Amino acid sequence: MGVGIEVSSLNAWYGNNHTLQDINLNIPANHATALIGPSGCGKSTFVRCLNRMHETNPIARVTGTVRIGDLDIYADAKPVQIRRRVGMVFQRPNPFPTMSIYDNVASGLKLNGYSNRRVLDEIVERSLNDSALWDEVKDDLRKKSGASLSGGQQQRLCIARALAVDPEVLLMDEPASALDPVSTSKIEDLIFQLKAQYTIVIVTHNMQQAARVAEKTGFFLNGRMVEFDSTHKIFTNPSDKRTEDYITGRFG
Amino acid sequence: MKKGQSSLRSRMRQWTDHTVTALAVLATILVIAPLAAVFAYLLFRGVSALNLDFFTQIPKPPGEPGGGMANAILGSAILLLLASIVGVPIGIGAGIYLAEFGRGTKLANGVRFTADVLNGVPSIVMGVAVYALIVFPKVSFLPFVGHFSAFSGGVALGFMMIPTVCRTTEEMLLMVPHAVREAALGLGVPNWRSTLSITVKTASPGIITGCMLAFARVAGETAPLIFTAFGNQFWSTSLDRPIAALPLQIYVYALSPYDDWRRLAWGGALVLIVLIVLAVSLVRFVTSRGVLKGTS
Repeated sequence: MGVGIEVSSLNAWYGNNHTLQDINLNIPANHATALIGPSGCGKSTFVRCLNRMHETNPIARVTGTVRIGDLDIYADAKPVQIRRRVGMVFQRPNPFPTMSIYDNVASGLKLNGYSNRRVLDEIVERSLNDSALWDEVKDDLRKKSGASLSGGQQQRLCIARALAVDPEVLLMDEPASALDPVSTSKIEDLIFQLKAQYTIVIVTHNMQQAARVAEKTGFFLNGRMVEFDSTHKIFTNPSDKRTEDYITGRFG
Repeated sequence: MKKGQSSLRSRMRQWTDHTVTALAVLATILVIAPLAAVFAYLLFRGVSALNLDFFTQIPKPPGEPGGGMANAILGSAILLLLASIVGVPIGIGAGIYLAEFGRGTKLANGVRFTADVLNGVPSIVMGVAVYALIVFPKVSFLPFVGHFSAFSGGVALGFMMIPTVCRTTEEMLLMVPHAVREAALGLGVPNWRSTLSITVKTASPGIITGCMLAFARVAGETAPLIFTAFGNQFWSTSLDRPIAALPLQIYVYALSPYDDWRRLAWGGALVLIVLIVLAVSLVRFVTSRGVLKGTS
């Protein structure tokens, strides 16, 4: 089951660049929450703070608290533990090029020392089913490399890989921006189904996409969160002028 | 008027295209030609020296016909194995440090600079250095120290492999896309595990090529062995004693006044090249098995 995320006074820097300024936000469990905003507004940095990927960059710095479920991720846990509970799907599909489809999905478990063959088989099948890829790849699981799939399939493979470690939260950083419309709609359908089991945070440039998949939407601008509300309200009756300007296409 | 101009221009373009293509083909031929020439000449001079004795007999004293280079072939194999044991792990380890852990640090810059300088050190100097380190000191309680030995020869060749292996490992690791590392970290894989199982594995074809280049380069080295492995006219597989090596044997035979020995030198040179090609192909074959379809 998914868990909620509470973010309070979160600040992040890249070097001297203050990329996130005082973010406060409650992300509900088992819903999809979309983050929109112009390029460079800090929404990617924000999701990378939720699984402590931000700090893999040596010049990056974070202050504030993020609670995922009952865990204060900056105080109570190591980055490695958090990333097992908070899966991530990146903008460009990034399957491991040397691994078969099967090994890609199983990689999170295998690399953490898990090796029970029967359990792995089961998890790989379940994860590929959950990411709607099973029927397309079930005959080539071990024969084909993950890199041999099409872009859309690769992205669903990456989703399966993230699901295989059984996270509570799934972060998606523009998961469909490198894909064609058909693959995009498959990913969106998937997000719809995955909500039942996971809390989903999705960064997107595509406002229709946010409107289609998310119950809640946050609008970021220049490192601040301008508005956070139900998706319906954001797109029909935003309270902030800047949100309205952005969603009506006056800038950004 | 306009039409004439454009057809002239298109003919110019075609002409440029053909010229540049021809130059590229010419350059390719010039690259292949020396290798082909060397190999052809070696075949021409060396094949006549090759027979069963060449691969099974040790050298005969001057004046006696026959004899072979079996001990030198075996000696070269032992020396190269030793060199790889020394050079490959240290080189790959240093390369991983440079690319993954030490990026931007002073130590890494120092190591990189040292490796580049080491790469430029003449092989005879490497031989003398290892002579001073291992052969010359009279420390009787240490094994392998204090006399010419296969061990010291292997170490000298191994040191020569380090910079090539180290720098290619670094270059190849830096070519692994950042997205692949992020994918591993995003799964909650510890950094060391991600480096070994994902990054190094992804870069492994390039790293193996680097090791093969280093291997092929030292396989033909003579100078570092003069002061270390020394050469041996008899069977010896002991690491503690002087050992024969193909390049050394070729060197001695080629300079000798005896026709028979000079013929054997040609045969030795041919065998050396063929063995290097075989070893490199074998490693490539073994490591390319299990590569999946569609791997880029």
